[in-house]
Amino acid sequence: MRNETVAALTAYAGANPDVMLLTADLGYSVLEQFAEKLPEQYCNVGVCEQAMVGIAAGLALSGKRVALYSIANFPTLRCLEQLRNDVCYHDLPVTVISVGGGLAYGSQGYTHHGLEDLGIMAALPNMAVTCPADPHEAEELLPQLMERRGPAYLRLGRAGEPVLHEAGTPVTLGRAAILRRGSDVALLATGPILARALAAADALADEGISATVASFPAISPLDEAAIAELAAGHRALLTIEEHSIHGGFGSRVADLLMERGAGVRMAKWGTTDALRGQVGSQAWLLDQLPPIAARAKALL
Amino acid sequence: MDAMTSNLATEALAQRLRAHAVRMTNAARASHVGSCLSMADILAVLYGAAMRYDPARPDWEARDRLVVSKGHAAAIVYAALAEAGFIAVSELATYAQNGSRLAGHVTRTVPGVELSTGSLGHGLPVAAGMALAAKRAGADWRAFCIVSDGELDEGSNWEAIQFAQHARLDSLVAIIDYNKIQSFGTVAEVSDLHPLADKFRAFNWGVREIDGHDHAALTEALTAGPALAGRPTAVVAHTVKGKGVSFMEDRLAWHYKNPDDEQVIAALAELGAD
Repeated sequence: MRNETVAALTAYAGANPDVMLLTADLGYSVLEQFAEKLPEQYCNVGVCEQAMVGIAAGLALSGKRVALYSIANFPTLRCLEQLRNDVCYHDLPVTVISVGGGLAYGSQGYTHHGLEDLGIMAALPNMAVTCPADPHEAEELLPQLMERRGPAYLRLGRAGEPVLHEAGTPVTLGRAAILRRGSDVALLATGPILARALAAADALADEGISATVASFPAISPLDEAAIAELAAGHRALLTIEEHSIHGGFGSRVADLLMERGAGVRMAKWGTTDALRGQVGSQAWLLDQLPPIAARAKALL
Repeated sequence: MDAMTSNLATEALAQRLRAHAVRMTNAARASHVGSCLSMADILAVLYGAAMRYDPARPDWEARDRLVVSKGHAAAIVYAALAEAGFIAVSELATYAQNGSRLAGHVTRTVPGVELSTGSLGHGLPVAAGMALAAKRAGADWRAFCIVSDGELDEGSNWEAIQFAQHARLDSLVAIIDYNKIQSFGTVAEVSDLHPLADKFRAFNWGVREIDGHDHAALTEALTAGPALAGRPTAVVAHTVKGKGVSFMEDRLAWHYKNPDDEQVIAALAELGAD
């Protein structure tokens, strides 16, 4: 989905000369389409994420809207205080695009696994936090984040993610989309792990369990109305994310249900510390976690 | 105004800024008066002679930008903005009081402040971003950034120093308030920066190394163009922490202490203020 996102950004920036793209020297074979078409709106600042965020803030304070590009934890955790103070404190139009969210960089190892970013980014003030499930969600969200003119985070998978939505499905920042309607359990997914949620719904159907599958392209703003509706309409909810079960999407859903006193069973499916140090592909690493369908069935 | 008259005017301004800072840190029981006094002359020359600005239009597109990265020296920055006409001098009495907009670290909600700072090592990358915006726009405004010596321990500064020379940001001017004292001791004891000017030279910056209390030297350094064609400029300003108040000069304790009422009277007398 990175190529589709950069294509969408290139198109948007072509029509909006106040948009700039900075990279901390990553994006080989991905960013060239932007750099070649719009060289005056592009800058590779070198391998320096802290400075990159500061430079972005300086550009934004001078009237630019800035997109940042890097991978995994580099444009989030490495420069967290710059995002907090320079970007969010000043409420500046800076969109952080991170490729390789979750376990997408699989066998590259733990340094390249982005497993805490959603929770940490969503803890920052004014920050829109998005995690598209497929290229369609990503390319639809990108211009909405730019139009919002505030701090934003766009967490991407890598390349080759299948399109999960039907063509033309509307994607709106802060709104969930129902891909499948069931009645027993609702699977609430964010990000490309949605594909596994859909597969789990198939497995549950084989066992006579009817599952709803909903995609949440945004953690913040969170579609609270959709969550309330899913809580009211099912016996149990399972949140599914390629992210630590602590502090991310599932935790925000749990916070909401607790505050609303919703009497529905709920569990979080996500990564645990058991994966730290394990070597394998994204699919293999995900397979080391308990199956989604089994976790959902156990709730009923 | 000829050069000598200009120097007299900015020197008088610097003393007024010092007097404000002493009163403000006393009233607020606030730290960092020593950090304020060491950069009084730098601020006085920036606002009194070097920078292009209009207090009636703090967002004027063509203004020169000043990022104060050593955000703990907020009192004297607000004093400079008051003397420059961005805010009322009477507002300085609200410094660090409940409900005030004059926070204990430099805050952008105050007209004339370009960036909220407080955590060290944030200002120079942002100023570099501003200079990049000016360069891409073909604009002639400049981006000044005041950094402390102690904060040069932060690696983010060196990221920006490396970037700015590669990007040929010749409108960027970093002013190092080199007072030789940082939080826990002298710079030489904690993390020696010597030879500081050579470090900037090695990074392909133009360097002007001056006495940071000499108004003629400051005016020359801050009004001239790039010290090295096509590159950013570092003004290494040798200063004295607590400058202008004899019992505060070169004393680490005045990074933390606030002057009591008797000390205020003594300090103001030395500064020629009431």
